[in-house]
Amino acid sequence: MELKSNVPSGPIEQKWTKHKFDMKLVNPANKRKYSIIVVGSGLAGASAAASLAELGYNVSCFCYQDSPRRAHSIAAQGGINAAKNYQNDGDSVFRLFYDTVKGGDFRSREANVHRLAEVSVNIIDQCVAQGVPFAREYGGLLSNRSFGGAQVSRTFYARGQTGQQLLLGAYQALARQIGAGQVKMYSRHEMQELVVINGRARGIVTRDMVTGKVESHVADAVLLATGGYGTVFYLATYAKGCNGTAIWRAYKKGACFGNPCFTQIHPTCIPVTGEHQSKLTLMSESLRNDGRIWVPKKKGDTRPANQIPEGERDYYLERKYPSFGNLSPRDISSRAAKEVCDEGRGVGKTGLGVYLDFADAIGRLGADKIRERYGNLFDMYERITDEDPYKVPMRIFPAMHYTMGGLWVDYNLMSTIQGLFVAGEANFSDHGANRLGASALMQGLADGYFVIPYTIGNYLGSTKLEKAGTDHAAFKEGETFVAARVKKLLEINGHRTVDSFHRDLGKIMWEYCGMARNAEGLRTALEKIPELREEFWHDVRVPGEGEEINQALEKAGRAADFLELAELMCLDALEREESCGAHFRIEHQAADGEALRDDERFCHVAAWEYAGEGKKPIRNVEELNFENVHLATRSYK
Amino acid sequence: MAGNGSTSLMNLTLHVWRQKNRNTPGRFVTYPARDISPDMSFLEMLDVVNEGLILKGEEPIAFDHDCREGICGTCGMVVNGRPHGPRGATTTCQLHMRTYKDGDVLTIEPWRAGPFPVLKDLIVDRGAFDRVIAAGGFVSAPTGSAPDGNAILVPKENADLSMDAAACIGCGACVAACPNASASLFVAAKVSHLGLLPQGQPERERRVLAMVTQMDAEGFGNCTNHGECEAACPKEIRLEFIARMNRDYMKALRTLRPPSKAFAGAG
Repeated sequence: MELKSNVPSGPIEQKWTKHKFDMKLVNPANKRKYSIIVVGSGLAGASAAASLAELGYNVSCFCYQDSPRRAHSIAAQGGINAAKNYQNDGDSVFRLFYDTVKGGDFRSREANVHRLAEVSVNIIDQCVAQGVPFAREYGGLLSNRSFGGAQVSRTFYARGQTGQQLLLGAYQALARQIGAGQVKMYSRHEMQELVVINGRARGIVTRDMVTGKVESHVADAVLLATGGYGTVFYLATYAKGCNGTAIWRAYKKGACFGNPCFTQIHPTCIPVTGEHQSKLTLMSESLRNDGRIWVPKKKGDTRPANQIPEGERDYYLERKYPSFGNLSPRDISSRAAKEVCDEGRGVGKTGLGVYLDFADAIGRLGADKIRERYGNLFDMYERITDEDPYKVPMRIFPAMHYTMGGLWVDYNLMSTIQGLFVAGEANFSDHGANRLGASALMQGLADGYFVIPYTIGNYLGSTKLEKAGTDHAAFKEGETFVAARVKKLLEINGHRTVDSFHRDLGKIMWEYCGMARNAEGLRTALEKIPELREEFWHDVRVPGEGEEINQALEKAGRAADFLELAELMCLDALEREESCGAHFRIEHQAADGEALRDDERFCHVAAWEYAGEGKKPIRNVEELNFENVHLATRSYK
Repeated sequence: MAGNGSTSLMNLTLHVWRQKNRNTPGRFVTYPARDISPDMSFLEMLDVVNEGLILKGEEPIAFDHDCREGICGTCGMVVNGRPHGPRGATTTCQLHMRTYKDGDVLTIEPWRAGPFPVLKDLIVDRGAFDRVIAAGGFVSAPTGSAPDGNAILVPKENADLSMDAAACIGCGACVAACPNASASLFVAAKVSHLGLLPQGQPERERRVLAMVTQMDAEGFGNCTNHGECEAACPKEIRLEFIARMNRDYMKALRTLRPPSKAFAGAG
């Protein structure tokens, strides 16, 4: 398949402006004749649904949660980047663009990233206008903090609940349109199939999670904003319900999957305590502004933190990366934590942890100032671990957090299926091989508020769509597929629970496709995953019926898809024979242990195309050109 | 040092509300919860019980949950008569089993309130909250229409107080705790969050009227100052916001006509 990025010509800073002018418009009176399906109600989905409805399109929005306000964007803590340069510290659109391209280790598309940096400033304005209660200075102006991978203060925040407040802003804009009748909201509905007619996305099939009813929905365009697929690791900072089903259905219908192996492990999460663990909790990266990360210099030092003298501590990030120190990017910080733990210098019962110490900051600023900045995070930590971080250092360890990979999209955020658009974490996006902190919220809202409303309009304005209804054979086929799958899962009646399979899958992925990967391990995973999948389809037990609330059935459907998606991730990781950003191949590292890119062979996006059941997918390539930020070895030293 | 409390496993007895669906009467069923680690969250304890039920061929206990880090507002159950359990400022997912001791007996029920019908076991329908927000819980600021962020000055004190109110996660514990099943704390939190900011001023009066009208239409009761909502709120939303809502409502009644069709949905 030929991948057309459709990046406009011209200088990078003029591409988006020019493209906005060149795009087709839909006359205001005609917009109401079009219908658009939005799947997902997080930052990208809710902002897109609200903005499209404001323009006059008929929007149907779907989410698996009981309310659109609960999408997992809500859990983002630290902040959102914008190139406002309110701090007069040298920030600019170009610098945010530059930092993001470099942070992504040169594996993103320049034109998309530049557009992201451009609209970042509009996002802040939009959110302020909606009443998002951002942190303020005494003079009433907006406050900023710093984040990893940047040397300027460009992160806007609302205590440690920035994601919550931004999502509530988008949710309220969406609710306004629901009240006005411009959006029909379907909560507790899960997309189970994408419907493609004559090569164009024309609708979806859903399962009503309360009644079990399988229903078809037709539209002129479909937008997937269903988030990432990190729960493939079972233990992750994602919500329990986050899943890859919608994008996996789209993949199997012909949407290429971009860079599936690019998954981000976040350096600062609360360590695992036992087998019962159902999820991992993040401690915002913003804590690294004031916390210092260290481990004992000696192996196996079991003394409590406060009895280890200053001279016997190794502040390894400050030592190895003096210019960025504790604010080094996530991939680098995570790998550094793994290294010290592998050396036997990890802390806590399991030895899988490092200290994040606030003693210096409390001494310098006082406990009250620290409480004002991070109070809710400290409380959360205390609740989970039963330790008081005002008195003893936090213990943290890396955990699965974000997927840079996702469905491949062109400059218009359209996938390789005409009329199927993908926004937010669900697309392969703007973050290359590593995402910088406070950039996920920025991308979700950029896509939803400021890109999708233009590009979907352009598609509708320039496409002659034939009439289609839910009585079309393609919808009936979709309904039959969904009903048959539900029936099959319920009939296996084996000996193992869905969670036990999912946990095993997570262990395989963490072991062989986690923070450090090699060919041998990935080949092992590629043997183990199909075996586990085989066992799942023979031995899983899903109790209950299809025509009722059945949480075991919901989990089973998602796990079944993860058991396929995991294989594609490992395949992608195996064939990308280089290290870049979060994708660290042990065979490809520099003498000092840093990631070693291979720009000759891999300066491209791998976009995987489904080739049919049991067949090896096709690896298509989109070459990446760096004309504005020159390819260089990333250094944070 | 993890989980400073005892690391020995506990056995508990659970009386759990089981209800097949909205139209079938429910009942309590007793289950043992064995080998529970004090480091488990309350929901992880239920996961363990459910795994056991599935393997025995029984249906697992249905309960709503998602983020499991106390922010999405999805989870919620009444434990021994208290929404979200005994620990203050804590959602059920953040309640840990070290709060309990070996041999404890726990009664677990769904939110009990007319406007929150039970859908199954511990799952209720909180759609009423969404309808209250859709009635007026927003600032009308269509995408693209905003002035520069720093063009709107907000005194820090107001921004902080507004944020205190905006912290509401919409879980519904306030309704479950209230003897009148009043949603006043939930509605007041949104009215105050937006009413404290300059951006919220133009719609301040119509907002409070529309939201209160919808709240009443959904069948929530009145506030009679019991204060149970504040005690149950996992985000420590304060009762003073209800006073603020009442003040705004009285003022709006005097200056604006009651909400008519003309601005239902205030679009």
